[in-house]
Amino acid sequence: MSAHAHGHTVKRYRGLMDWLTTVDHKKIGILYMIAGLFFFLIGGLEAIIIRVQLMKPMNDVVAGDTFNELITMHGTTMIFLAAMPLLFALMNAVIPLQIGARDVAFPFLNSLGFWTFFFGGLLLNLSWFAGTVPDAGWTSYVPLAGPTFNSGHGVDYYVIGLQIAGIGTLLGGINFMATIINMRAPGLTFMRLPMFTWTIFITSALIVFAFPALTVGLVAIMFDRLFHANFFEVANGGSGVLWEHIFWVFGHPEVYILILPAFGIISEVVSTFSRKRLFGYSSMVFATVLIAFLGFMVWAHHMFTTGLGPVANGLFSIATMLIAVPTGVKIFNWLFTLWGGSIRFTTANLFGIGFIPTFVMGGVTGVMLASAPADYQYHDTYFVVAHFHYVIVGGLIFGIFAGLHYWWPKMFGRMLNETIGKITFWTFFIGFHMTFFVQHFLGLLGMPRRVYTYLEGQGFDNMNFISTIGAFLMGVGTIAFLLNIFITWAKPRNAAADAWEDGRSLEWTIPSPPPEYNFQQVPLVRGYDAWWKEKMEGNTAMTPAEPIGSIHMPSPSILPLIMSLGLFIAGFGFMYDRLIVAGAGLVITLGCMVIRSLVDDHGYHIEPEDQEKGVKA
Amino acid sequence: MSAHDHAVDGQLPHEPEKATLQARNNILGFWLFLGAETVLFGTLFAAFLALRHNIGDGPSANELFKLPMVFAATMILLTSSLTSVFAVQALHLHKKKAMVGWLIVTILLGLSFLGLEIYEFFEYVHEGHKFTTSAFSSSFYTLVGFHGAHVAFGVVWISLVIGQVLKKGLTVVTAPKVYISAIYWHFIDVVWVFIFTVVYLMGKVG
Repeated sequence: MSAHAHGHTVKRYRGLMDWLTTVDHKKIGILYMIAGLFFFLIGGLEAIIIRVQLMKPMNDVVAGDTFNELITMHGTTMIFLAAMPLLFALMNAVIPLQIGARDVAFPFLNSLGFWTFFFGGLLLNLSWFAGTVPDAGWTSYVPLAGPTFNSGHGVDYYVIGLQIAGIGTLLGGINFMATIINMRAPGLTFMRLPMFTWTIFITSALIVFAFPALTVGLVAIMFDRLFHANFFEVANGGSGVLWEHIFWVFGHPEVYILILPAFGIISEVVSTFSRKRLFGYSSMVFATVLIAFLGFMVWAHHMFTTGLGPVANGLFSIATMLIAVPTGVKIFNWLFTLWGGSIRFTTANLFGIGFIPTFVMGGVTGVMLASAPADYQYHDTYFVVAHFHYVIVGGLIFGIFAGLHYWWPKMFGRMLNETIGKITFWTFFIGFHMTFFVQHFLGLLGMPRRVYTYLEGQGFDNMNFISTIGAFLMGVGTIAFLLNIFITWAKPRNAAADAWEDGRSLEWTIPSPPPEYNFQQVPLVRGYDAWWKEKMEGNTAMTPAEPIGSIHMPSPSILPLIMSLGLFIAGFGFMYDRLIVAGAGLVITLGCMVIRSLVDDHGYHIEPEDQEKGVKA
Repeated sequence: MSAHDHAVDGQLPHEPEKATLQARNNILGFWLFLGAETVLFGTLFAAFLALRHNIGDGPSANELFKLPMVFAATMILLTSSLTSVFAVQALHLHKKKAMVGWLIVTILLGLSFLGLEIYEFFEYVHEGHKFTTSAFSSSFYTLVGFHGAHVAFGVVWISLVIGQVLKKGLTVVTAPKVYISAIYWHFIDVVWVFIFTVVYLMGKVG
């Protein structure tokens, strides 16, 4: 593959170095997916151990303190290191293709975002090997997580690991907002954007405005723990409630950061496999924006029992219930999209259809929890655990499974096996409801969350046993999915450009997988569901918006990896009080920033004759 | 459109900072980043406001703060914002020398601000207002220190930009760097206006 630009020769890498230096959004998407699935397995393993410990009363598979470590790491890993990266995988793989762009606005930052996430997650999980694991819950409430009551290094791993990973998330949010605003193909106005692109746009805005709050919270708790500051040290005037506010000002938008992309995926999948235009597209867009806006107004519903008073509780209660309205709009839109469609029950669509009732159940318990007086009864019980697993697993993870099955051919050029896919769906779906449906009743009976065991004879035994069996079944579903990946790997790369034949948006107009420049000619978009519209008018290709010409590409770079490595080293330096190591790490990172600033990246060009040869990503 | 298209005729467009798509991306991305920075400082302000009366055994804000010096620092930083505007105006007129001159003045003002702030912190520590004294002191040093670190970062950044302009000239690649660093400089100026009001003035009266 020749890479001769106007006088600039750019070193192209192959093999491992290609993956370590890539700034191609499609490859970064695959890296996110591999890392996300890896952490998903770790988090899932932790969940299985938790469920085995709770399988019968007074069980002693793990000790109480190990159990605390397991629930902390399970929650933190699943939210920050599995769910978020899997979303980033799909948005990297799909968004530039859906908007007819050749890459994201900032390819270098995209790579930097991946590597900071990866090294942050690595740092957090190395705590298992260091023997001091975070054990203050994924919310890391103080004073439990403060230096007075948690003197080991465990929470330091949480604080610094999340801080480094959080940089990557913030960069991703900025990048995708700028990409969607500035890089759309001609004719692709905002109200013609595919629904997945809309939800990613809104999610990115939520990331940009919510993550910095977490950054400050983590800085404050880090200063308390490492430099003896007093943000949360009550004896010196600090405030524990302050942490709760800061955490949830970030934490509540975070749950919408997670669920909105799932809404987008479901919209695409349901519309494609119903062979119908998405019902109520504009109301769908409006509902998404409204949910995001309200999502910033409801953080204190996590703190009803903190004692903020009846006025605050009342206002946050009402604001929370309001969110049910735009969410209900979405649910009905999906149902009306399915209504009268010629529905294909592919694995992706099964996850899409399975999502709808499951998410409704999570939503209903959400409205129940929004009622402040009733929340005093539910708070800190398994009812809450059941609720948030219904929205996060039944919502987000179903959405991710739907998205992975749907876009797999676009990402890899191979169709996943549908039979194994259906086994994945049914085992995971049934296992999920077995695990979590009974937990509603465990909670109502009074079983508190975050306890490592319980006495027999309280009516908890059978339901806990059922729940554990369900968790195994979800494990079987996950293994089936992995098996499907390996089997598909051995198959020939023969997926068609419009792999499902019913594709509606621009990603289905280019080969599977796309060439590294995505679009040889940027397409002209003439309406919503751009590709479907062309097909309905009898066209076999999009109208190009530009002549064939030389395509400019950004150069690969190893700097993002080294910068993230610097932060990783600095993190350990701070944690173990080796300020020289910390300084060295920061010098590495800042040095790379200086190099990046001083050395201009001219990139390179792919000439038309090389494009004809089909340069594969 | 690549940078090469503009180098051909040797003529810079009127707004060289917005000539390429990458430059427009960079400017938009930077505004979004400043949105995130706003939330970052907003949260720091919130923490400070929640904790500012919890002074423990340390001195209170009223005893501690000396407004004349802080006022001088404020004027210095506000003036530096003005000089960075002059630099961007010179950029639009393609006057490289004037632009570099105003950027150097901006840096010097930034350095004097930092000098005053470091002196101020030394004084406070001397008077028993250490980082670990109380919740007030921790949140004060974190908020004002974060701002100070931003100023220091800005000084280093603008110096690097000056170096590049001198080496490579005023091009469609270097112009956006000047422009973006000027936006950044205004932002840390605005943050300081809030710090002056919320931390120092309210500290004196509240």
